[in-house]
Amino acid sequence: MGIITEPLLLQLMVGVLIGLGAGYLGSFMILKRMSLVGDVISHVALPGIAIALLFEVNPFFGAFGALFLAVLGIWFLERKTEIPSETLVGIFFALSLAVGILITPQTELLEALFGDIAEIALLDVLLTGILTAVMLFIMAKIYRGLTLSVISKELAQSTGVNVSKTSFLFLLMVALVVALGLQVTGTFLMGALVIIPAAAAKNISLNLSRYTMLSGIFGAISGLGGILIATRFGLHPGPIVVLTSGVIFLITLLFKK
Amino acid sequence: MAHNETILTVENLGVKFDENEVLKNLGFFVQKGDVLAIIGPNGSGKSVLFRALLGLVPYSGKINWAKGLKLSYVPQKLNIDKELPLSVGEFFRIKSKDQGKIVSVLNSVGISDENHEQDHLARHLLKQRLGWLSGGQLQRVLIAWAVLDDPDVLLFDEPTSGIDIGGEETIYNLLRKLKEERNLTMLLISHDLNIVYKYANNVICINKEMTCYGIPSEVLDPAALTKLYGGEASFYKHEHGHHH
Repeated sequence: MGIITEPLLLQLMVGVLIGLGAGYLGSFMILKRMSLVGDVISHVALPGIAIALLFEVNPFFGAFGALFLAVLGIWFLERKTEIPSETLVGIFFALSLAVGILITPQTELLEALFGDIAEIALLDVLLTGILTAVMLFIMAKIYRGLTLSVISKELAQSTGVNVSKTSFLFLLMVALVVALGLQVTGTFLMGALVIIPAAAAKNISLNLSRYTMLSGIFGAISGLGGILIATRFGLHPGPIVVLTSGVIFLITLLFKK
Repeated sequence: MAHNETILTVENLGVKFDENEVLKNLGFFVQKGDVLAIIGPNGSGKSVLFRALLGLVPYSGKINWAKGLKLSYVPQKLNIDKELPLSVGEFFRIKSKDQGKIVSVLNSVGISDENHEQDHLARHLLKQRLGWLSGGQLQRVLIAWAVLDDPDVLLFDEPTSGIDIGGEETIYNLLRKLKEERNLTMLLISHDLNIVYKYANNVICINKEMTCYGIPSEVLDPAALTKLYGGEASFYKHEHGHHH
């Protein structure tokens, strides 16, 4: 393997941070039975990216704006009914992907769909680092209430947890991490990076602290390993990052508890 | 200790879901140290009453708890996935970090067997997945969890199934023991009239509206039960004439 160049170092830092954040949050998405929501939600980012590109704004803000609206929608659906409105969510998100593909400038489409870390700058690393730290801080505040509301909403509420507020903050963090992760994996594959490391960690964990920690570590390893392998063989990093997480998942399957 | 101190007054309580009236015109009071049983057929609004008392659903009318009371709740059922990676210990630590207190509360709900030291067993249990517990064990764990932070009032929603019959009697013995040890006031939803006669000093019958209210041996006459359950009542009483 060649010498680690400065751009590669920046790419690896972003990859590790995003893998860590996506893996950690993903562990709670699986607990909340939101695996599919995690997958389709990232598609909503595409029209947001397109609009940001048209107005020459940083795509992150466009993506986050679109994701924010999407989680707001999910949150309202969650409050209104106990049953997640999967069909509705599925239709809405597929449509937004279609619209996104139409309005994204042709030259940017591939990058938006599959991510591109070639031109990552120090500023991106800083933004990713700071926002990941904010996310971990907020999760530390809400994870008890979140866990309890997974077991029973009523039990959580009876001990003073504001289930609705907790759920909203969590979804907001999902929007944040997905928007950040788009640089690495693009809109098509970000859902996978949220779900696969967590699914792998769940295979070999009996308790929550191990599960969430391993989930973050697996995500980080996927980011690190994926980018290194992709660079070595001149491949597109996004899919390799996701495939790396897939390999980790297969290995954990052998040790399933 | 003053036993005639009223800690809960309910007046003209009603709960509506959309336009559907689920509870209507309920009124009763609870004194410190009471064991109030709430009975009624399935879907009669018993669990909704608990949720209203805990402030979890919007209601009309009055629910006045005495100031500064701590309420704890044991829900009827939990949908715990067997795959949920949450240990019993972590479940307790959501509420308290005090390991000694957790072990002691597990001991007090009778997590023990003949072959092991109690503390050893409790500590072993803390490492288990919550979703792997048997129905009876989970029930004890939920009760332990509920009393962990020393509540004044325990609201217990009895599961319709899930506890083995042999264990059912002991759950109530346990609740009685906890009530004595911890000066608890208890509100319990029960499907078992035998339990109500044996453990409650007051009972209310609910079928959307309140159809009886008073001391079990006085108000639970055949007429009241027929009114509440229809034909089911005779079955209930008959079943518990036998010894299991």
